[in-house]
Amino acid sequence: MTSLFAQWNYFLVIILMMLGFYAVIARGNMVKKMVGLNIFQTSVFMLYISMGKVSNGTAPILTGDSSTVYSNPLPHVLILTAIVVGVATTAVGYALIIRIQESFGTIEDDEIIELMDDADAASEGPAS
Amino acid sequence: MQDDPVIRVIAKVLIPTMMLFALYVQFHGDYGPGGGFQAGVIFAAAFILNATVFGFNRGRHVWPARLNLMAITLGVLLYGGTGVATMVLGENFLSYNALSDDPIAGQHLGILLVEFGVGLTVAAVMVALFFAFAGRVSHVRLLNKTRAHEKAQAEAKGTAND
Amino acid sequence: MMQHLPILQVIVPLLAAPLIALLRGREIAWLATFIVTGVTFVISLLLYHQVSESGARLVYEIGGWAAPLGIVYVIDAASALVLPIVTGIGFVVTLAARHLVTAEIDQRDHPLFFTAWVLTIAGMLGQVTTGDAFNIFVFLEISSLSAYALVAMGAGRDRRALPAAFNYLILGTVGATFYVIGLGLLYMLTGTLNLDDLAVRLADIEQTRAAYMAMAFIALGLFLKMALFPLHFWLVPAYSYAPSAVSALMAATATKVSVYVLVRLMFGVFGIGFVGISDGLGTVLLTLGIIGAFVGTLAAIVETDLKKLFAQSSIAQLGYMAIGIGIMTPAGLAAAFIHLFNHALMKGTLFLAIGVIGAQTGRATMRSIEGAGRQIPMTMTAILFGGLALIGVPLTAGFISKLYLIRALLESDLWILAGLTFVSSALALAYVWKIVEAAWLKPRPEGAPDLHETAIMWLPAWLLVIATIGFGIFASPLINGAVQAAAIFFGGQS
Repeated sequence: MTSLFAQWNYFLVIILMMLGFYAVIARGNMVKKMVGLNIFQTSVFMLYISMGKVSNGTAPILTGDSSTVYSNPLPHVLILTAIVVGVATTAVGYALIIRIQESFGTIEDDEIIELMDDADAASEGPAS
Repeated sequence: MQDDPVIRVIAKVLIPTMMLFALYVQFHGDYGPGGGFQAGVIFAAAFILNATVFGFNRGRHVWPARLNLMAITLGVLLYGGTGVATMVLGENFLSYNALSDDPIAGQHLGILLVEFGVGLTVAAVMVALFFAFAGRVSHVRLLNKTRAHEKAQAEAKGTAND
Repeated sequence: MMQHLPILQVIVPLLAAPLIALLRGREIAWLATFIVTGVTFVISLLLYHQVSESGARLVYEIGGWAAPLGIVYVIDAASALVLPIVTGIGFVVTLAARHLVTAEIDQRDHPLFFTAWVLTIAGMLGQVTTGDAFNIFVFLEISSLSAYALVAMGAGRDRRALPAAFNYLILGTVGATFYVIGLGLLYMLTGTLNLDDLAVRLADIEQTRAAYMAMAFIALGLFLKMALFPLHFWLVPAYSYAPSAVSALMAATATKVSVYVLVRLMFGVFGIGFVGISDGLGTVLLTLGIIGAFVGTLAAIVETDLKKLFAQSSIAQLGYMAIGIGIMTPAGLAAAFIHLFNHALMKGTLFLAIGVIGAQTGRATMRSIEGAGRQIPMTMTAILFGGLALIGVPLTAGFISKLYLIRALLESDLWILAGLTFVSSALALAYVWKIVEAAWLKPRPEGAPDLHETAIMWLPAWLLVIATIGFGIFASPLINGAVQAAAIFFGGQS
């Protein structure tokens, strides 16, 4: 039991990950999908950052003392990049949602699919 | 929000402080926590605060879209240009050692230039994102007004024909 | 200068992209893009020449930091084979983009359109060139994010491009995030992100559950990105509602690069000795590949919209590549590489030719091409050749791919799969015949708009037709390249 509890950070990550992923899959509202996607991504950021922690390690800034234990800075740097990517993805996603709202008048998945099917039927027209 | 003196006064105090703090984070990144990404976001926050408090148009006026696009480009080119410069000086891409006779000075100069490029681009992109979304609101309002206007005109025509 | 080629391959388009955004006027933006893609094409050919001449792998240390501390860019037989596909297709499609983009995109958006265009090419080149696993993710996202924007640009003509781009974004991001999760597990296990170093360190600790999980996450993420059945639902709307030029670029290159990354990680990092690879991945790829081949082909047969039809057929062709990889032999992998190369040529041809029709009629449907064979003979003949190559008719490049794929299957005693592969590619005849029937055997309906073509319109598609036939007749350089590329993943050469 102690070993399970010692890895509480991974359980937190898994719970967040599944919450986010569930929202992406199960929600029809596009804004909710984006929120879910962000939670999903954030859980991965937490996975990386918690793995970089070295027990009793300090922030990775050279202290000049050779006995200092530092945490691993590499995962932080990776996640800095991933956060930037996440921001860009979010921005593109919301930009698309705004355009969808403007041209379809809705951001619900099922309503848009209906509208798209109608358009499909219209563009094919009667068979020749 | 423009009419609330408390917000206006506090914003006027905060905005230059934020910019100064951003520069501190930017240039202290050589010696401690900090760097281009963080500084860029803080710097952009100052502009965003300016635009939220004093209005979209005044915010846009301070930092025009074309200038912003140039800042984005300049930041990327500063980063890439540092790399190309080291290549021209005969080393590999982004080998800062080539930038100076003393390798340590070269590393300092290299990371300073690269981080400044990062900061510039991040700040400009954040501002661009804010204005792109905030600008869309007035665009949508305009669109709705035009639609309502057209509809009203069409109805007016319809009644006139009756 | 020559020793800098691996990095120049990536940074030339990457740094050119923001400059293109600053340009004003569509002609200049297009011209700059054309020059940039031309330069990258030349660089990739030089790299291919260097690698095939010396047989060595080129390693470029960024910042002068050697692996595994620094990020290295690696050009070996496999990446040197994939780079010319991406750049070559990029170059030819950019040539065609001049009239396609003029017809389909608002003139004010041209500089930004071409910025995203060059960025997506730069991202793909980065994925192929880099020797660092996290770098692959960054470039994957660079190319994907620009691709989402490019697909959404189709909204000017058809608003359905927007939901298509949104779904592509959601699934693409989920795929990339899965890849990062897998990579995080690998990093926890090994403490390194360099591909070569990962392979060495994994050899000591492999066959642990965490390593299996890492492999499964990475494979799943890349399956999504390469649109392997049943994770292909984003592909058809995204490709069919995108602007014609974007469809051609993406269909010919984007999924291919993901296939390459899959091969690079599964064989280059985990290695054929890893139980999860030899037992798990092989079976999964063979099963999903053959189902995908049938599902894609059958869906293409009933489709009436030409872009959707060939997007469905892409699912089938990706299935063949998956089969080639799933055989888990050097011959199978070589067949996958050959098909990857040839399929890029065929799909490039088809989507460029469809673009000529789409630019004039809005959407190219079976009805809009009725009798078109006499009005626009060069364009329709290009479609015909592309279709024949898809079926695998002799003297086209498609024949070589199918030949090597079926031969590799027979070598591994997979008789049933060989038969099924043959049947499914023969089924492709049905949809190609549908097009032939509509274009040549039916008269142009009364009142249908007249289609026209000029040399500048059909020339890009024909360049690829010539390449398709050329590699069908003189296939040996390609086959040698593919065999060499496959060999490096089976310990033929480190």
